This record gives sequence, structure tokens and C-alpha cells, in this order.
Amino acid sequence: MSSREDILEKIRRKKFPDQPLPNLSEFGIVYANRVEQFVAALKSVGGSSLRVNTLAEADQAIRDLDVHRHATKTCSLIPDIGEANVDLDAVDDPHELEDVDVAIFPGEFGVAENGAIWIDAKNVKHRVVYVIAQHIVVVLDRCALVDNMHRAYDRLSFATPGFGMFLSGPSKTADIEQSLVIGAHGPRSLTVVLVENGFSD
Amino acid sequence: MTDHAVLAQKFVANSPRAHWHDRALWFVRAKRDLAAKSLPEWEELREHASDIKAHCVAHLADYLEEFTRNAEKLGVQVHWAKDAAEHNQIVLGILQKHRVTKIVKSKSMLTEECHLNPFLERHGMEVIDTDLGERIVQMRHEPPSHIVLPAIHIQKEEVGALFHEQLGTDEGATDPQYLVEAARKHLREKFMAAEAGITGVNFAIAETGGFVVCTNEGNCDLGVSLPPVHIACMGIEKLIPRAQDLGVFLRLLARSATGQPITTYSSHFHGPRPGCELHVVLVDNGRTEILGSDDFRRSLNCIRCGACMNTCPVYRRSGGHSYQSTVPGPIGSILAPARDAAKHESLPFACSLCGSCTDVCPVKIDLHHQLLTWRGEIARRGLLPKSKSMGMKFVSFVFQHRWLYEWSGKLARFSLRVLPRWMIYNRFNAWGRQRELPAAPRSSFRDWYRHRSKNDGGKQES
Ligand code: SF4
Repeated sequence: MSSREDILEKIRRKKFPDQPLPNLSEFGIVYANRVEQFVAALKSVGGSSLRVNTLAEADQAIRDLDVHRHATKTCSLIPDIGEANVDLDAVDDPHELEDVDVAIFPGEFGVAENGAIWIDAKNVKHRVVYVIAQHIVVVLDRCALVDNMHRAYDRLSFATPGFGMFLSGPSKTADIEQSLVIGAHGPRSLTVVLVENGFSD
Repeated sequence: MTDHAVLAQKFVANSPRAHWHDRALWFVRAKRDLAAKSLPEWEELREHASDIKAHCVAHLADYLEEFTRNAEKLGVQVHWAKDAAEHNQIVLGILQKHRVTKIVKSKSMLTEECHLNPFLERHGMEVIDTDLGERIVQMRHEPPSHIVLPAIHIQKEEVGALFHEQLGTDEGATDPQYLVEAARKHLREKFMAAEAGITGVNFAIAETGGFVVCTNEGNCDLGVSLPPVHIACMGIEKLIPRAQDLGVFLRLLARSATGQPITTYSSHFHGPRPGCELHVVLVDNGRTEILGSDDFRRSLNCIRCGACMNTCPVYRRSGGHSYQSTVPGPIGSILAPARDAAKHESLPFACSLCGSCTDVCPVKIDLHHQLLTWRGEIARRGLLPKSKSMGMKFVSFVFQHRWLYEWSGKLARFSLRVLPRWMIYNRFNAWGRQRELPAAPRSSFRDWYRHRSKNDGGKQES
């Protein structure tokens, strides 16, 4: 008997008490002011935020960031945003991204309860860019905020192959005596640029 | 196997350090409380988590098949392993096929349980644990002492000395920021050189065939997004039915573990990167046996948050290594004897039955009840050490004979008052070891009650 059959047979040997799955469609905290809550949660996880009105303003604000001004290698996944000199699609081996200083990419939506942002790597050739860059900047539509994780999953579907993640703040560790250190293996900073009038214009 | 109490005694012998350890964990517990209180629906959330797990267990075989089907559709290669040996063999086979000699691994308690690292090392491979805490204990050649905070027992001076010796940091440097920077540089080199990445799995989704890995450091994503091979190892109990169930578990996990609202990275893997391979190894290794037990089945609901360890008065004062099992603390004291009761017989007794673990567990495992049940089970299987079984037999005999019980009470009250200290506080009396015995009352409760009833005619006060 194969291990698969063996394991399945052992599980099926016994009946276990069943329990219906919960209905989560209305479940979860709702905030009076989602933007405020999101910004506060983001701050608590070590991220910072900027608020601008248009994508043109976002571009300017990002160019003005210290991390961007001091960067040698910048990669942007949003056309016309930031001063990019690394074209991800022209890179064959992801290891070449080792020395990227700043990566700029879009967030699909943000979650108010925990400051997390859903990042979808669809059409992104090297997903390592999210964690290998020294600093990251996420551009997010202010209207694309949900209250909690249940509303977040209402928006997601995983029907096709791909990679996505909830990103909440810069990389961090507290493994040495519980002292929080920002910048473990991944980005040392996360700036979220909240755009008032979204990507629609 | 050395008795837990013996190792715990060694741990508390260094009193400042034991207090430091106790406080470090209580600090984490306090953060968990704040995070839990931030959500008015916290208790409902725990209820939902427990229901989802119960439902999933009731249909586990179907869900495993559904997961496999969907994962294969996404291009994932799914493997099944009966036990640790088969798991290790499967992983080795994949690595050898790709001629891999350098591997980076992110945290996975399962691969610890299967002792994968030494196995691969014996086959000439280099396996680097990339979670900082795990890397620290790996460099010290010791196992993690906690499932979420692997190096919680180590002080920064010790990390400084270790890094000075092995990574060339300045002698005497203890600043965590500086030490983390050194580790970052060291591990970046390992990430760049790795030919395969191994990870654990926090949750696998039957409905989609994908899985989720949670980290704060970003080590999982760095480890599997550079090399062409990703192997994810999971116990069969990591399965959940629907993607939307992740909402429940991701809200609970980090809040319970460290008090964060969510981990920095919650990565959802659905299929391999283009041109690369993704393998999932489903492992039983004793889980189907626990599944079959009505008493202990719920211990499989565990999402490895570590909250029961942080809150446990025994764990905090005895340290993770005193449990001598991959998973220590309350949940470890249930899982370890399930694997080998004779070897781990002392663990269910490393518990004050205070119930704090049960109160904090995000998936509502009745931890302290199961620990109590294990005690009975260990006695029934005749696995109690002499010191406990003789005492128990004696006490049970006394309890069954009223005259003897009354007489021994009198004797004890008398002796505690008049015996010299050395006859009470010696190595034969474990209860006199770290504590002063209470002053013995002059009369027993029975005498007092009889006396009281006589005086007020047995009437109840109202
Ligand atoms: S038993 Fe509960 S509290 Fe303990 S680690 Fe598992 S999920 Fe967390």
C-alpha cells in the first residue's frame, strides 16, 4: 500500500464529530474611520505613510524620499512613478537584484485592522524584489481599504497559479532578547503612499 | 530520559537568569493580552477557529485529497510520508535529483521533529536555518527552546560572544541592532548561494491547493524566491477547508504569538514560479494515531503560536530545553507522550493545572484537561517512576481506610510542629525543596466541624 493510501485509510477508520463551518460574511470589527485606523496600524508595525491627491503627486513625493534620493539602483513596477533604472523584465537571474536599493510597487488594497497590504505578484517576473530591496515604497489607493481580514478574503480569489502576500511593515526581528530590530533580512523601511484619487485617473 | 523536574531544578538554580527568562516571556504574554483586547470579537474568533478545525478533522481525508488535486492542478508535486524517515528520504531524493548541496531553510517545527538537518548533513549537504533565532541556536549546536522564539533562553552577551567567534563581530559587542546587521550580512551570502529553499507551512487550503507561510523577517520569501526548487513540509493537520478561513487564523496567530496584529509577511503560494519546482510533503508521523484518540484529538488543532508556553508558570521557570521535546510547554507535554509515552512520562506532571494555557489558546484546545488525562494514562500504562507510583499507592491505601487517614492526619500535624527541620526538609521530601511547608493547624477540619456543629446545633448561618 502506498503511503498515501495508508494515511487516508488510517484517517477514514474512524468517524469524528462534525461541526458546520462558520459563516464569516458579516463577521469582524468595523471602523468609523478606516484611513485613520490603517495609518495607525501601519505605524504600529513600523511602517510610515504619506497622503497625496494624485498619482503625479505620488511620483513627486516618492522622488523626494530620502531613501530614493540616496538610492543607486531603483526598480519601479508602476509606470511613470519614481526614477527607475532597473527593468525587472530585462533581468534574467533574480540574484542580480541583490543590490537594489529601492523597490516601488502597487498595493491591491489595505486592511485597516492590521496595516497589512495585499501584494499580488501577477505579471511580476521576479517576486524576490519585494524582499530583496533595502527599502520599499507601496502606492495604494485610499479608497481601497477594507475593515478586517474577512473583508480582505472576500476580495481574493486563487483560481489561477500565482503568488500574493499580506505585507505589514518592514522586515523585523526580536530574536535577540526580545528587542525589536527593523530590517532583519528584508527591507529596512516601508513607506506607503496613499493616493486620494486612486489609479482611475 | 531525564525527568523534567531534574532539568528544571538545574534551570532555577541560576536564580537571576531564571527570573530574567520568566519576565521575558511574561512580557510577550502581556503583549498578547493587549492585542486580544483590541478586538471585541476575540472570543467568537476563537470559537470559529475551533469549529473550523473540528470540521476539518471530521473530513480530513476528503480535504487532503481535495488539496492534492488542486495543488497538482497548479503544478505542485505532492508527496506523502508515513513517518519522519520517509519524509527525510523524499526531501533528500528531490535535492539529489537537482544536485543540491546548499540549502536555506525557514522555520519549520516539522523538520525539527523529523531531524531533517542532521540527516541531510550526513549526506554532505549544508542546511542553514535562516530565522535569526534558529540560526543562533544552530550555531550553538542546540535545539530551539521555544517554537516561536527559538533563542528566548539566550542573553545578548552570549549572542555577542557567539557572533564574535563565528562571524567576526567586535569583541564584547552586545547591541542587538549591530548583531542583527552582522547576521543579515552573513545570511544574505547564504541566501545568494542557496540552490534550494525548504519551508514549513502554516496553513494549507483544500479549496485552492495553495498554502500560506508566515514570517516577520522575510527569510521564507528570500529563501524560496531565488533558487529554482522550493520544498514545503507540512503535517497533515495543517489543512483548512477554505481560503476565507485564513481570515480567522491569520487574525489569531500573530496576536496570540507576539501581540502583533499580523506577521510582517503572510505569503500565499499557489503553484511554482515559472520554470521552477514546488514540492509539498504531507507528513503523518504519528498524527493519525492522535487523531484516533477521543481524549487527545483536539491537540492536533494547534497552530503553533506559542501562547501556552509564554503563559505557563512551569515553562517560564524551567525553560524550553527541560522538556527535551521539539515542541515544549503545555502543548508539547501532550504531543510528546503521544509519540512515546515511556520516554516523556514526566511531562504531563510539569504542570500546575492552573489552566492558563487553556484560557489563552487561540483554537481552544482544552490543554490542562488533556494534561490531567495523560497523568491517568501514564499511571494506567504502568509508566510512573517509583518515586511517584509508590507514593500514589500509599496515598490511595490511606484514602481507602478512614481510620488510617484520620490517624495519619494527626501524626502529620504533630510531626510538622515538633520534628527538627532536617527531618522535614531533606532530599526525600520533594515538597520541602523550594518551599516552606505551612504551619500545621492544631486540629483537623473534621474535629473543628464536629465541635462547631455541637455548639450551634448544626444550624447553617444565613
Ligand atoms: S496549543 Fe494553543 S496556545 Fe499552545 S501553541 Fe498550540 S495553538 Fe498556541
